[in-house]
Amino acid sequence: MNAPFYIAAVVAFLSTFMVVTRRNAVHALLYLVVSLLSVALVFFLLGAPFVAALEVIIYAGAIMVLFVFVIMMLNIGRQTAEQEREWLNPEIWLGPAVLTLVLAGELIYVLSRMHGRAYALSVVSPKQVGIALLGPYVLGVELASMLLLAGLVGAFHLGRREGTGGERRP
Amino acid sequence: MTNGIIWKLIIVVGVLVVTLTIAGGLIWVERRLLALWQDRYGPNRVGPFGLLQVLADMVKVMTKEDWLPPFADKAVFIIAPAIIVLTVLAAFAVIPFAPGVEVVELNISLLFFLAMSSLGVYSVAFAGWASDSKYSLLGGLRAAAQMLSYEVFMGLSLMGVVMMAGSFNLVKIVETQREMWYCIPQCIGFVVFLIAGVAETRRLPFDLPEAESELVAGFHSEYSGMKFGMFFVGEYLGITLVSALTVTLFFGGWLGPVLPPLVWFTIKTFIMIAFFVLLRASLPRPRYDQLMAYGWKVLLPFSLLNIVVTGGILLAAAN
Repeated sequence: MNAPFYIAAVVAFLSTFMVVTRRNAVHALLYLVVSLLSVALVFFLLGAPFVAALEVIIYAGAIMVLFVFVIMMLNIGRQTAEQEREWLNPEIWLGPAVLTLVLAGELIYVLSRMHGRAYALSVVSPKQVGIALLGPYVLGVELASMLLLAGLVGAFHLGRREGTGGERRP
Repeated sequence: MTNGIIWKLIIVVGVLVVTLTIAGGLIWVERRLLALWQDRYGPNRVGPFGLLQVLADMVKVMTKEDWLPPFADKAVFIIAPAIIVLTVLAAFAVIPFAPGVEVVELNISLLFFLAMSSLGVYSVAFAGWASDSKYSLLGGLRAAAQMLSYEVFMGLSLMGVVMMAGSFNLVKIVETQREMWYCIPQCIGFVVFLIAGVAETRRLPFDLPEAESELVAGFHSEYSGMKFGMFFVGEYLGITLVSALTVTLFFGGWLGPVLPPLVWFTIKTFIMIAFFVLLRASLPRPRYDQLMAYGWKVLLPFSLLNIVVTGGILLAAAN
Protein backbone atom coordinates (compact mmCIF):
# COMPACT_ATOMS: atom_id res chain seq x y z
CA MET A 1 0.00 0.00 0.00
CA ASN A 2 2.69 2.44 1.03
CA ALA A 3 5.18 1.01 -1.44
CA PRO A 4 5.56 4.19 -3.56
CA PHE A 5 6.33 6.17 -0.42
CA TYR A 6 9.00 3.76 0.79
CA ILE A 7 10.59 3.48 -2.66
CA ALA A 8 10.79 7.27 -2.91
CA ALA A 9 12.16 7.47 0.62
CA VAL A 10 14.85 4.87 -0.06
CA VAL A 11 15.84 6.65 -3.30
CA ALA A 12 16.02 9.95 -1.40
CA PHE A 13 18.17 8.39 1.29
CA LEU A 14 20.56 6.65 -1.11
CA SER A 15 20.95 9.65 -3.41
CA THR A 16 21.59 11.99 -0.48
CA PHE A 17 24.23 9.57 0.77
CA MET A 18 25.85 9.63 -2.67
CA VAL A 19 25.81 13.46 -2.64
CA VAL A 20 28.00 13.47 0.45
CA THR A 21 30.40 10.77 -0.67
CA ARG A 22 31.01 11.76 -4.32
CA ARG A 23 34.38 13.37 -5.06
CA ASN A 24 33.31 14.85 -8.39
CA ALA A 25 31.20 17.93 -7.67
CA VAL A 26 29.02 17.54 -10.77
CA HIS A 27 28.22 13.92 -9.94
CA ALA A 28 27.31 15.00 -6.42
CA LEU A 29 24.96 17.63 -7.88
CA LEU A 30 23.32 15.05 -10.14
CA TYR A 31 22.57 12.94 -7.09
CA LEU A 32 21.30 16.00 -5.24
CA VAL A 33 18.82 16.62 -8.07
CA VAL A 34 17.63 13.01 -7.82
CA SER A 35 17.32 13.43 -4.05
CA LEU A 36 15.18 16.58 -4.46
CA LEU A 37 12.99 14.84 -7.03
CA SER A 38 12.34 11.91 -4.71
CA VAL A 39 11.53 14.31 -1.86
CA ALA A 40 9.07 16.00 -4.22
CA LEU A 41 7.48 12.62 -4.85
CA VAL A 42 7.19 12.10 -1.09
CA PHE A 43 5.44 15.47 -0.78
CA PHE A 44 3.08 14.46 -3.59
CA LEU A 45 2.23 11.19 -1.86
CA LEU A 46 1.68 13.00 1.44
CA GLY A 47 -1.09 15.05 -0.20
CA ALA A 48 0.79 18.24 -1.06
CA PRO A 49 0.95 18.31 -4.88
CA PHE A 50 1.51 22.07 -4.97
CA VAL A 51 4.55 21.88 -2.71
CA ALA A 52 5.82 18.93 -4.74
CA ALA A 53 5.58 20.94 -7.96
CA LEU A 54 7.30 23.94 -6.40
CA GLU A 55 10.04 21.71 -5.02
CA VAL A 56 10.81 20.52 -8.55
CA ILE A 57 10.43 23.93 -10.23
CA ILE A 58 12.36 25.99 -7.69
CA TYR A 59 14.84 23.66 -6.00
CA ALA A 60 15.53 20.99 -8.62
CA GLY A 61 14.90 23.19 -11.65
CA ALA A 62 16.29 26.58 -10.69
CA ILE A 63 18.56 26.63 -7.62
CA MET A 64 20.38 23.45 -8.60
CA VAL A 65 20.88 24.81 -12.13
CA LEU A 66 22.61 27.81 -10.56
CA PHE A 67 24.87 25.40 -8.62
CA VAL A 68 25.68 23.56 -11.84
CA PHE A 69 26.30 26.90 -13.54
CA VAL A 70 28.83 28.00 -10.91
CA ILE A 71 30.61 24.64 -10.89
CA MET A 72 30.85 24.70 -14.68
CA MET A 73 32.42 28.16 -14.49
CA LEU A 74 34.96 27.04 -11.87
CA ASN A 75 36.27 24.41 -14.29
CA ILE A 76 37.21 21.92 -11.62
CA GLY A 77 38.80 18.76 -12.91
CA ARG A 78 40.77 15.79 -11.62
CA GLN A 79 42.96 17.93 -9.36
CA THR A 80 40.01 18.98 -7.28
CA ALA A 81 38.78 15.39 -7.06
CA GLU A 82 42.22 14.47 -5.68
CA GLN A 83 42.06 17.34 -3.20
CA GLU A 84 38.61 16.17 -2.16
CA ARG A 85 39.99 12.67 -1.62
CA GLU A 86 42.59 14.09 0.77
CA TRP A 87 40.01 16.12 2.64
CA LEU A 88 37.55 13.29 3.06
CA ASN A 89 39.71 10.97 5.17
CA PRO A 90 37.96 8.47 7.46
CA GLU A 91 38.66 10.43 10.67
CA ILE A 92 36.57 13.35 9.45
CA TRP A 93 33.58 11.02 9.03
CA LEU A 94 33.59 10.08 12.71
CA GLY A 95 32.01 13.17 14.30
CA PRO A 96 29.16 13.67 11.80
CA ALA A 97 28.48 9.91 11.75
CA VAL A 98 27.99 9.77 15.53
CA LEU A 99 25.71 12.82 15.50
CA THR A 100 23.71 11.40 12.57
CA LEU A 101 23.30 8.10 14.39
CA VAL A 102 21.86 9.94 17.40
CA LEU A 103 19.35 11.68 15.10
CA ALA A 104 18.52 8.43 13.30
CA GLY A 105 17.89 6.71 16.63
CA GLU A 106 15.57 9.50 17.69
CA LEU A 107 13.76 9.32 14.35
CA ILE A 108 13.25 5.56 14.65
CA TYR A 109 11.96 6.00 18.22
CA VAL A 110 9.45 8.68 17.15
CA LEU A 111 8.31 6.70 14.11
CA SER A 112 7.83 3.48 16.10
CA ARG A 113 5.47 5.31 18.48
CA MET A 114 3.11 6.58 15.77
CA HIS A 115 2.66 3.42 13.72
CA GLY A 116 -0.38 2.64 11.64
CA ARG A 117 -1.25 6.20 10.57
CA ALA A 118 -2.41 6.72 7.00
CA TYR A 119 0.12 8.96 5.32
CA ALA A 120 -2.16 11.07 3.13
CA LEU A 121 -4.22 12.85 5.79
CA SER A 122 -5.72 15.43 3.45
CA VAL A 123 -4.85 16.91 0.09
CA VAL A 124 -3.76 20.55 0.26
CA SER A 125 -4.81 22.48 -2.83
CA PRO A 126 -2.80 25.40 -4.30
CA LYS A 127 -5.61 27.77 -3.26
CA GLN A 128 -5.32 26.75 0.39
CA VAL A 129 -1.56 27.33 0.29
CA GLY A 130 -2.11 30.79 -1.21
CA ILE A 131 -4.77 31.74 1.36
CA ALA A 132 -2.54 30.58 4.21
CA LEU A 133 0.50 32.45 2.86
CA LEU A 134 -1.31 35.77 2.35
CA GLY A 135 -3.50 35.35 5.44
CA PRO A 136 -1.94 34.30 8.77
CA TYR A 137 1.60 34.08 7.38
CA VAL A 138 1.66 37.35 5.45
CA LEU A 139 4.32 38.84 7.76
CA GLY A 140 6.67 35.95 7.05
CA VAL A 141 6.14 36.32 3.31
CA GLU A 142 6.83 40.06 3.50
CA LEU A 143 9.98 39.52 5.59
CA ALA A 144 11.24 36.91 3.13
CA SER A 145 10.62 39.28 0.22
CA MET A 146 12.55 42.06 2.04
CA LEU A 147 15.44 39.65 2.56
CA LEU A 148 15.43 38.68 -1.11
CA LEU A 149 15.31 42.33 -2.15
CA ALA A 150 18.30 43.07 0.09
CA GLY A 151 20.15 40.16 -1.54
CA LEU A 152 19.25 41.48 -4.98
CA VAL A 153 20.48 44.99 -4.19
CA GLY A 154 23.67 43.53 -2.73
CA ALA A 155 24.30 41.39 -5.83
CA PHE A 156 23.69 44.41 -8.05
CA HIS A 157 26.17 46.49 -6.04
CA LEU A 158 28.86 43.79 -6.25
CA GLY A 159 28.30 43.17 -9.95
CA ARG A 160 28.38 46.85 -10.89
CA ARG A 161 31.37 48.26 -12.70
CA GLU A 162 33.03 51.42 -11.46
CA GLY A 163 32.89 54.55 -13.59
CA THR A 164 30.42 53.31 -16.20
CA GLY A 165 27.31 54.19 -14.23
CA GLY A 166 26.48 50.50 -13.90
CA GLU A 167 26.27 50.03 -17.66
CA ARG A 168 28.16 47.11 -19.07
CA ARG A 169 30.03 47.89 -22.25
CA PRO A 170 29.91 45.14 -24.86
CA MET B 1 -11.66 -1.27 -14.37
CA THR B 2 -9.72 -3.32 -16.95
CA ASN B 3 -11.39 -1.30 -19.71
CA GLY B 4 -10.10 1.85 -18.05
CA ILE B 5 -6.57 0.47 -17.89
CA ILE B 6 -6.64 -0.63 -21.54
CA TRP B 7 -7.98 2.78 -22.59
CA LYS B 8 -5.15 4.48 -20.63
CA LEU B 9 -2.58 2.18 -22.24
CA ILE B 10 -3.95 2.99 -25.70
CA ILE B 11 -3.64 6.71 -24.92
CA VAL B 12 -0.10 6.35 -23.55
CA VAL B 13 1.11 4.36 -26.56
CA GLY B 14 -0.82 6.62 -28.93
CA VAL B 15 0.69 9.80 -27.46
CA LEU B 16 4.19 8.29 -27.61
CA VAL B 17 3.85 7.11 -31.21
CA VAL B 18 2.19 10.31 -32.45
CA THR B 19 4.58 12.73 -30.74
CA LEU B 20 7.68 10.81 -31.84
CA THR B 21 6.36 10.54 -35.40
CA ILE B 22 5.62 14.26 -35.45
CA ALA B 23 9.10 15.00 -34.09
CA GLY B 24 10.61 12.94 -36.91
CA GLY B 25 8.27 14.33 -39.54
CA LEU B 26 9.01 17.89 -38.46
CA ILE B 27 12.52 17.59 -39.89
CA TRP B 28 10.92 17.33 -43.33
CA VAL B 29 8.16 19.86 -42.59
CA GLU B 30 10.66 22.42 -41.38
CA ARG B 31 12.99 22.03 -44.36
CA ARG B 32 10.11 22.22 -46.85
CA LEU B 33 8.50 25.22 -45.16
CA LEU B 34 11.83 27.05 -44.89
CA ALA B 35 12.41 26.37 -48.58
CA LEU B 36 8.93 27.66 -49.44
CA TRP B 37 9.52 30.95 -47.60
CA GLN B 38 13.01 31.32 -49.01
CA ASP B 39 11.86 30.66 -52.60
CA ARG B 40 13.62 27.35 -53.23
CA TYR B 41 12.59 23.67 -53.39
CA GLY B 42 13.95 21.97 -50.30
CA PRO B 43 14.21 18.16 -50.10
CA ASN B 44 12.00 16.83 -52.95
CA ARG B 45 13.95 13.89 -54.42
CA VAL B 46 13.37 10.97 -52.03
CA GLY B 47 9.85 9.60 -52.44
CA PRO B 48 6.69 11.66 -53.07
CA PHE B 49 7.33 15.35 -52.17
CA GLY B 50 10.58 14.21 -50.57
CA LEU B 51 8.64 12.57 -47.74
CA LEU B 52 11.02 9.63 -47.48
CA GLN B 53 13.80 12.09 -46.65
CA VAL B 54 12.87 11.55 -42.99
CA LEU B 55 13.49 7.82 -43.34
CA ALA B 56 16.79 8.40 -45.13
CA ASP B 57 17.90 10.81 -42.40
CA MET B 58 16.93 8.28 -39.71
CA VAL B 59 18.88 5.46 -41.35
CA LYS B 60 21.84 7.79 -41.72
CA VAL B 61 21.88 8.95 -38.12
CA MET B 62 21.37 5.41 -36.79
CA THR B 63 24.23 3.93 -38.80
CA LYS B 64 26.72 6.72 -38.11
CA GLU B 65 29.69 6.07 -35.85
CA ASP B 66 28.72 6.83 -32.26
CA TRP B 67 31.92 8.39 -30.98
CA LEU B 68 32.56 8.73 -27.26
CA PRO B 69 35.29 11.32 -26.69
CA PRO B 70 38.05 9.79 -24.53
CA PHE B 71 38.27 13.02 -22.50
CA ALA B 72 34.53 13.15 -21.74
CA ASP B 73 32.85 12.26 -18.45
CA LYS B 74 31.29 9.07 -19.82
CA ALA B 75 28.28 8.53 -17.55
CA VAL B 76 27.07 12.13 -17.67
CA PHE B 77 27.85 12.36 -21.40
CA ILE B 78 25.53 9.40 -22.09
CA ILE B 79 22.74 10.46 -19.69
CA ALA B 80 22.50 14.05 -20.97
CA PRO B 81 20.71 13.45 -24.32
CA ALA B 82 18.25 11.07 -22.66
CA ILE B 83 17.19 13.69 -20.09
CA ILE B 84 15.78 16.13 -22.64
CA VAL B 85 13.70 13.49 -24.44
CA LEU B 86 12.45 12.05 -21.15
CA THR B 87 11.38 15.35 -19.63
CA VAL B 88 9.61 16.56 -22.77
CA LEU B 89 7.79 13.24 -23.22
CA ALA B 90 6.78 13.29 -19.54
CA ALA B 91 5.35 16.79 -20.00
CA PHE B 92 3.12 15.47 -22.82
CA ALA B 93 1.37 13.32 -20.19
CA VAL B 94 -0.66 16.29 -18.90
CA ILE B 95 -1.66 17.84 -22.26
CA PRO B 96 -5.41 17.38 -22.85
CA PHE B 97 -5.67 16.56 -26.57
CA ALA B 98 -9.46 16.23 -26.47
CA PRO B 99 -12.06 15.58 -23.74
CA GLY B 100 -10.93 12.34 -22.08
CA VAL B 101 -7.89 11.93 -24.32
CA GLU B 102 -5.01 12.58 -21.95
CA VAL B 103 -2.64 10.40 -19.99
CA VAL B 104 -3.24 11.87 -16.52
CA GLU B 105 -5.49 14.60 -15.20
CA LEU B 106 -3.60 16.36 -12.43
CA ASN B 107 -5.05 19.38 -10.66
CA ILE B 108 -1.58 20.94 -10.96
CA SER B 109 -0.94 19.92 -14.57
CA LEU B 110 0.32 23.36 -15.57
CA LEU B 111 2.90 23.28 -12.78
CA PHE B 112 3.89 19.78 -13.86
CA PHE B 113 4.67 21.14 -17.32
CA LEU B 114 6.77 23.96 -15.81
CA ALA B 115 8.60 21.45 -13.60
CA MET B 116 9.44 19.19 -16.53
CA SER B 117 10.56 22.06 -18.73
CA SER B 118 12.80 23.35 -15.93
CA LEU B 119 14.42 19.91 -15.59
CA GLY B 120 15.20 19.91 -19.31
CA VAL B 121 17.95 22.47 -18.65
CA TYR B 122 20.13 19.76 -17.12
CA SER B 123 20.35 17.93 -20.40
CA VAL B 124 21.99 20.87 -22.16
CA ALA B 125 24.07 22.04 -19.20
CA PHE B 126 25.44 18.56 -18.46
CA ALA B 127 26.04 17.85 -22.14
CA GLY B 128 28.15 21.00 -22.31
CA TRP B 129 30.04 20.14 -19.15
CA ALA B 130 30.58 16.43 -19.80
CA SER B 131 31.98 17.02 -23.31
CA ASP B 132 34.99 18.72 -21.71
CA SER B 133 35.63 21.01 -24.66
CA LYS B 134 35.57 24.80 -24.59
CA TYR B 135 32.88 25.31 -27.22
CA SER B 136 30.60 22.81 -25.53
CA LEU B 137 31.19 24.40 -22.14
CA LEU B 138 30.39 27.87 -23.47
CA GLY B 139 27.24 26.52 -25.10
CA GLY B 140 26.23 24.76 -21.89
CA LEU B 141 26.79 27.92 -19.82
CA ARG B 142 24.74 29.99 -22.23
CA ALA B 143 21.98 27.40 -22.23
CA ALA B 144 21.84 27.22 -18.43
CA ALA B 145 21.61 31.00 -18.03
CA GLN B 146 19.18 31.48 -20.91
CA MET B 147 16.77 28.71 -19.98
CA LEU B 148 16.85 29.60 -16.29
CA SER B 149 16.01 33.24 -17.03
CA TYR B 150 13.28 32.57 -19.57
CA GLU B 151 11.70 29.96 -17.31
CA VAL B 152 10.95 32.80 -14.87
CA PHE B 153 9.04 34.82 -17.48
CA MET B 154 7.35 31.70 -18.78
CA GLY B 155 5.97 30.87 -15.35
CA LEU B 156 4.94 34.47 -14.63
CA SER B 157 3.25 34.95 -18.02
CA LEU B 158 1.01 31.95 -17.35
CA MET B 159 -0.25 33.27 -14.01
CA GLY B 160 -2.73 35.61 -15.75
CA VAL B 161 -4.37 32.61 -17.41
CA VAL B 162 -4.37 30.71 -14.10
CA MET B 163 -6.05 33.67 -12.37
CA MET B 164 -8.74 33.91 -15.04
CA ALA B 165 -9.42 30.17 -15.08
CA GLY B 166 -9.06 29.84 -11.29
CA SER B 167 -7.14 26.58 -11.65
CA PHE B 168 -3.81 24.99 -12.62
CA ASN B 169 -5.78 22.20 -14.28
CA LEU B 170 -5.34 22.32 -18.06
CA VAL B 171 -8.73 20.70 -18.71
CA LYS B 172 -10.45 23.41 -16.65
CA ILE B 173 -8.40 26.08 -18.42
CA VAL B 174 -9.69 24.82 -21.78
CA GLU B 175 -13.28 24.55 -20.51
CA THR B 176 -13.29 28.19 -19.32
CA GLN B 177 -12.37 29.38 -22.82
CA ARG B 178 -15.78 28.60 -24.32
CA GLU B 179 -16.76 32.30 -24.53
CA MET B 180 -13.41 33.76 -25.45
CA TRP B 181 -9.93 32.40 -26.09
CA TYR B 182 -7.39 33.69 -23.59
CA CYS B 183 -5.17 35.07 -26.35
CA ILE B 184 -7.42 38.17 -26.41
CA PRO B 185 -7.72 39.17 -22.71
CA GLN B 186 -4.25 37.75 -21.95
CA CYS B 187 -2.49 39.16 -25.03
CA ILE B 188 0.58 40.31 -23.06
CA GLY B 189 0.85 36.97 -21.30
CA PHE B 190 0.50 35.23 -24.66
CA VAL B 191 3.32 37.19 -26.31
CA VAL B 192 5.65 36.75 -23.31
CA PHE B 193 4.87 33.03 -23.16
CA LEU B 194 5.54 32.61 -26.87
CA ILE B 195 8.92 34.37 -26.66
CA ALA B 196 9.87 32.42 -23.53
CA GLY B 197 8.73 29.21 -25.24
CA VAL B 198 11.05 29.85 -28.18
CA ALA B 199 13.91 30.52 -25.75
CA GLU B 200 13.13 27.39 -23.72
CA THR B 201 13.29 25.18 -26.80
CA ARG B 202 16.51 26.96 -27.88
CA ARG B 203 15.13 27.65 -31.35
CA LEU B 204 16.25 30.40 -33.66
CA PRO B 205 16.38 33.35 -32.98
CA PHE B 206 17.29 32.18 -29.47
CA ASP B 207 19.63 29.31 -30.40
CA LEU B 208 22.67 30.95 -28.80
CA PRO B 209 23.70 27.77 -26.95
CA GLU B 210 24.47 26.19 -30.32
CA ALA B 211 25.23 29.31 -32.36
CA GLU B 212 27.19 27.64 -35.14
CA SER B 213 28.89 30.81 -36.34
CA GLU B 214 30.63 31.33 -32.98
CA LEU B 215 30.55 28.04 -31.05
CA VAL B 216 30.91 25.31 -33.75
CA ALA B 217 27.74 23.54 -32.55
CA GLY B 218 27.67 24.70 -28.95
CA PHE B 219 26.71 22.17 -26.31
CA HIS B 220 26.47 19.24 -28.75
CA SER B 221 29.77 19.84 -30.59
CA GLU B 222 31.20 16.52 -29.35
CA TYR B 223 28.07 14.46 -29.94
CA SER B 224 27.60 12.17 -32.91
CA GLY B 225 25.32 9.40 -34.14
CA MET B 226 22.11 8.73 -32.29
CA LYS B 227 23.15 10.72 -29.19
CA PHE B 228 23.19 13.81 -31.40
CA GLY B 229 19.93 12.54 -32.88
CA MET B 230 18.39 12.51 -29.41
CA PHE B 231 19.10 16.22 -28.98
CA PHE B 232 17.48 16.81 -32.33
CA VAL B 233 14.42 14.73 -31.45
CA GLY B 234 14.28 16.51 -28.10
CA GLU B 235 14.28 19.89 -29.83
CA TYR B 236 11.45 18.96 -32.21
CA LEU B 237 9.49 17.35 -29.37
CA GLY B 238 9.98 20.60 -27.47
CA ILE B 239 8.54 22.64 -30.33
CA THR B 240 5.53 20.34 -30.52
CA LEU B 241 5.06 20.55 -26.75
CA VAL B 242 5.23 24.35 -26.59
CA SER B 243 2.87 24.61 -29.59
CA ALA B 244 0.40 22.19 -28.01
CA LEU B 245 0.55 24.08 -24.72
CA THR B 246 0.11 27.47 -26.39
CA VAL B 247 -2.99 26.10 -28.11
CA THR B 248 -4.30 24.69 -24.82
CA LEU B 249 -3.70 27.87 -22.84
CA PHE B 250 -4.44 30.64 -25.30
CA PHE B 251 -6.35 29.23 -28.30
CA GLY B 252 -9.10 27.21 -26.67
CA GLY B 253 -7.43 23.78 -26.94
CA TRP B 254 -9.81 21.30 -28.55
CA LEU B 255 -12.73 23.80 -28.71
CA GLY B 256 -14.10 24.63 -32.15
CA PRO B 257 -17.21 24.24 -34.28
CA VAL B 258 -18.23 21.32 -36.59
CA LEU B 259 -14.98 19.31 -36.63
CA PRO B 260 -14.23 16.77 -33.84
CA PRO B 261 -12.13 18.09 -30.91
CA LEU B 262 -8.98 16.11 -31.73
CA VAL B 263 -8.93 17.50 -35.27
CA TRP B 264 -9.23 21.08 -34.00
CA PHE B 265 -6.39 20.51 -31.58
CA THR B 266 -4.17 19.07 -34.31
CA ILE B 267 -4.92 21.89 -36.76
CA LYS B 268 -4.20 24.60 -34.19
CA THR B 269 -1.00 22.88 -33.05
CA PHE B 270 0.27 22.60 -36.62
CA ILE B 271 -0.39 26.28 -37.24
CA MET B 272 1.70 27.08 -34.15
CA ILE B 273 4.51 24.78 -35.32
CA ALA B 274 4.49 26.50 -38.71
CA PHE B 275 4.76 29.82 -36.89
CA PHE B 276 7.85 28.52 -35.05
CA VAL B 277 9.43 27.61 -38.39
CA LEU B 278 8.53 31.01 -39.83
CA LEU B 279 10.31 32.66 -36.88
CA ARG B 280 13.43 30.70 -37.75
CA ALA B 281 13.18 31.73 -41.39
CA SER B 282 12.77 35.44 -40.72
CA LEU B 283 14.58 36.59 -37.57
CA PRO B 284 18.32 37.11 -37.00
CA ARG B 285 20.06 35.85 -33.88
CA PRO B 286 20.62 38.52 -31.16
CA ARG B 287 23.87 38.98 -29.25
CA TYR B 288 24.01 37.11 -25.95
CA ASP B 289 23.90 40.16 -23.65
CA GLN B 290 21.03 41.57 -25.74
CA LEU B 291 19.11 38.36 -25.12
CA MET B 292 19.57 38.53 -21.35
CA ALA B 293 18.91 42.29 -21.14
CA TYR B 294 15.77 41.89 -23.26
CA GLY B 295 14.47 39.19 -20.95
CA TRP B 296 15.09 40.91 -17.63
CA LYS B 297 14.41 44.51 -18.69
CA VAL B 298 11.43 44.04 -21.03
CA LEU B 299 9.73 40.67 -20.52
CA LEU B 300 9.91 40.61 -16.71
CA PRO B 301 8.27 44.05 -16.14
CA PHE B 302 5.61 43.27 -18.74
CA SER B 303 4.70 39.91 -17.24
CA LEU B 304 4.57 41.41 -13.72
CA LEU B 305 2.39 44.25 -15.00
CA ASN B 306 0.13 41.69 -16.65
CA ILE B 307 -0.34 39.87 -13.34
CA VAL B 308 -1.13 43.08 -11.43
CA VAL B 309 -3.62 44.36 -14.03
CA THR B 310 -5.32 40.97 -14.43
CA GLY B 311 -5.61 40.60 -10.66
CA GLY B 312 -7.01 44.12 -10.29
CA ILE B 313 -9.63 43.64 -12.99
CA LEU B 314 -10.67 40.26 -11.59
CA LEU B 315 -11.01 41.75 -8.09
CA ALA B 316 -13.05 44.67 -9.41
CA ALA B 317 -15.29 42.28 -11.37
CA ALA B 318 -15.79 40.06 -8.33
CA ASN B 319 -17.02 42.97 -6.19
